[in-house]
Amino acid sequence: MEERQSNKAGGVGGVVLLFLVGFVGALVVGWWVFPQVLFSQKTQPIRFSHKVHAEQGLDCESCHTFAKTGQFLGLPSTASCAECHPDETGGTTDDEKEIDKFVTQYAKPGIEVPWLVYQYQPDNVFFSHAAHTGFECTTCHPDVANMDSPPPYHENRLSGYSKQTMKMWECERCHASMGTSNACYVCHK
Amino acid sequence: MSAAHQEFATKWGLVIDIDKCTGCGACMVACQTENNIAPEKDASNKLRTLTWMNVYELKNGKEFPQAEVAFLPRPCMQCGNPSCVPVCPVVATDKNEDGGIVSQIYPRCIGCRYCMAACPYHSRYFGWFDPVWPEGMEKTITPFTSTRPRGVVEKCHFCHHRWNQAKDAARIAGTDPNNLPDGAYTPACVEVCPTGAMAFGDLKNPKHKVYELSRSKYAFRLLERLNTDPQVYYMTKRDWVRRQGDNYLPNEKA
Ligand code: SF4
Ligand code: SF4
Repeated sequence: MEERQSNKAGGVGGVVLLFLVGFVGALVVGWWVFPQVLFSQKTQPIRFSHKVHAEQGLDCESCHTFAKTGQFLGLPSTASCAECHPDETGGTTDDEKEIDKFVTQYAKPGIEVPWLVYQYQPDNVFFSHAAHTGFECTTCHPDVANMDSPPPYHENRLSGYSKQTMKMWECERCHASMGTSNACYVCHK
Repeated sequence: MSAAHQEFATKWGLVIDIDKCTGCGACMVACQTENNIAPEKDASNKLRTLTWMNVYELKNGKEFPQAEVAFLPRPCMQCGNPSCVPVCPVVATDKNEDGGIVSQIYPRCIGCRYCMAACPYHSRYFGWFDPVWPEGMEKTITPFTSTRPRGVVEKCHFCHHRWNQAKDAARIAGTDPNNLPDGAYTPACVEVCPTGAMAFGDLKNPKHKVYELSRSKYAFRLLERLNTDPQVYYMTKRDWVRRQGDNYLPNEKA
């Protein structure tokens, strides 16, 4: 047996209200809650200030260098940081304490710092820094030279990739506008 | 994605001298290491193995003392008119880059294996198992070629990453990455071959050794009459070997 009921209590207004509440709720979940849940937030192991180093007159290439073979070496090693920071400062400011943390935890025991790289690509992507030296670093990277603290790193909990990683459509759009080939193996391996 | 013949300014090609090949298999080993092909649990089951580079044994079919053997290393031919490309329903494989190397994008491949059925050279392999490296051996994994999960098709790509590396080296040295000298880009199999049976380079560049070799009267290609236009050439002075390069009638001249 079937029983049909009409919504006498709320009428049309109630239905519209319910719909609006559901609609706004869905938007909040989709645009705010889900991204919050999807990405975990991590901070760098050392609060490295690019700004302080840039103010010393260092440019990006002083620490982020190429090998003679053309490969981009990415991040500097602990050893190269320790060239300037071999010993604890013994200071009490936040900056000095951070330097000492680096020296005691990484430089002295000779351990590489597990930096979080905002732009790491999946392992089937080939990216040539050598081919892109005509661009400013900040065309693709965050302008860290003006930041005293490194920005938080957002990791996708499902894929494990950084939120800031350049997406395929961004690579393709730039290649198309520059007249560069978008053949599969230009960027994939 | 088209069945039409593709031509590019650069044409990477391999010339393999069958008369020099001893069948030692060093090229196969080098290929597996270079391209992260995991050691297989049971490599005796040839329907399940992955060999981007595979050495075939050829026999002249005669009794001793006339019996002769030859060995034929078989990579992907990077066909000018690849049979595998137009059949792929998801454009996971394509011939669209200068150099003419036929690409294979693993995350895009749905594992339907149409391309395997289409390839006349058996150059393509399906991954039946997830790659597993025995403990300690995972240290041999290179960053050059991405590893493949089970369920997709893979094949030789002339160590394409080595081309990228050669171009990067040229860029940093200030030379032209689009006009590499002979030997700047060499696949692992060619580099490792102890008898020097393989030569690699741009088939269109007269300064490269393969230009001359591929135009030699001893050079031929496999199943040439299918018009697949392979970028891999073979050389031999032995008529019986050459006759095995295609399906000739008994009275036909190779
Ligand atoms: S040899 Fe086979 S896999 Fe390679 S390009 Fe030709 S048809 Fe495709
Ligand atoms: S197996 Fe993969 S590459 Fe081959 S035809 Fe199917 S989808 Fe394309």
